Amino acid sequence: MEEVNKAMFVGAQEAVTLSLGLISVLVFWLGLMKVAEEAGLLKKCARLFEPLIVKLFPEIPKGHPAIGYILSNMIANLFGLGNAATPLGIKAMEQMKQLSGHSPMASRSMITFLALNTSSITLIPTTVIAIRLNYDAQSPTDIVVPTILATACSTVGAVLIDRYFANRRQKRGGVRT
Amino acid sequence: MSYLATASLWMIPLIVVFILVYGTAKKVPTYETFVEGGKEGISMAFSIIPYLIGMLVAISMFRASGALEYVVGFLRPAMEAIGVPAEIVPLAFIRPISGTAALGMTSDLMATYGPDSFIGRLASTVQGSTDTTFYVLTVYFGAVGIKKMGDALKVGLLADLVGIVAAIVMVTLFFGGSAS
Repeated sequence: MEEVNKAMFVGAQEAVTLSLGLISVLVFWLGLMKVAEEAGLLKKCARLFEPLIVKLFPEIPKGHPAIGYILSNMIANLFGLGNAATPLGIKAMEQMKQLSGHSPMASRSMITFLALNTSSITLIPTTVIAIRLNYDAQSPTDIVVPTILATACSTVGAVLIDRYFANRRQKRGGVRT
Repeated sequence: MSYLATASLWMIPLIVVFILVYGTAKKVPTYETFVEGGKEGISMAFSIIPYLIGMLVAISMFRASGALEYVVGFLRPAMEAIGVPAEIVPLAFIRPISGTAALGMTSDLMATYGPDSFIGRLASTVQGSTDTTFYVLTVYFGAVGIKKMGDALKVGLLADLVGIVAAIVMVTLFFGGSAS
């Protein structure tokens, strides 16, 4: 029990440290993205990949700013730029919340978006490569291709599972679509 | 692959410079806009704190109390039945819950079995192809004040399971049988 007591407050402490640690990246990337947005850069990118995003997120109307943020979050994830991906993803969530009328419940697009994010589409798993290097692996990067393929599977899986749950919600006539 | 590694190193500085140059060309007051946009980040980080405390305290208690080990022990036979090697089972459970703990476990497995063993490679692939689902959900939903997650957790965890199974299949295909 003593351990549980300690763990509670260590956990709380860790949460505060993590949140405060996010300030720097959040401020930096949100500031930069604001510049990109004002310059019309985000819209341009969004238009390019719109068909794909609209397919995945049927709730989001064409030309909505959410598309630009979703897209830039995915690109950041793809290149393993985790600290850029988080602020962009939060921005995307904000836009999706506006679309769902500021409801406190997760909308369908939000769930799809997070499904994509938790399955983490990465091209270069940098941390893992670093660890393997540390332990003198013959070829630290030999796991890159299997990792990309496994990630692709889990991303496709995430989209399919998400679709399944979304359809089930609709069949039940739930309001949570 | 070192090309990719170099590319990712150049990526961020290039993006930063490109956005600023593009903005200046479009006559956007870059500095003012940057400061204005960045302000939001501060309140965002603070709004995440309560959500993250709730989640991390729950997770720490779950681990420290031994409940996690109990659940792992309980589900181990089922996991092994679908082909997950016994050594990987704890990692598979900790991966969606705690990023740092999973990283520690992956290093541990590599130290014990060697990075070029089946287990070492599998741990690397599992680590690289899945994410800390609980953390991602908490931060994203917390930042925008969503309290009802809907099916998000179920979808995320099932996708993790798909990822782990896919990792096993891929590592077996690439590096041969599970001679652990």
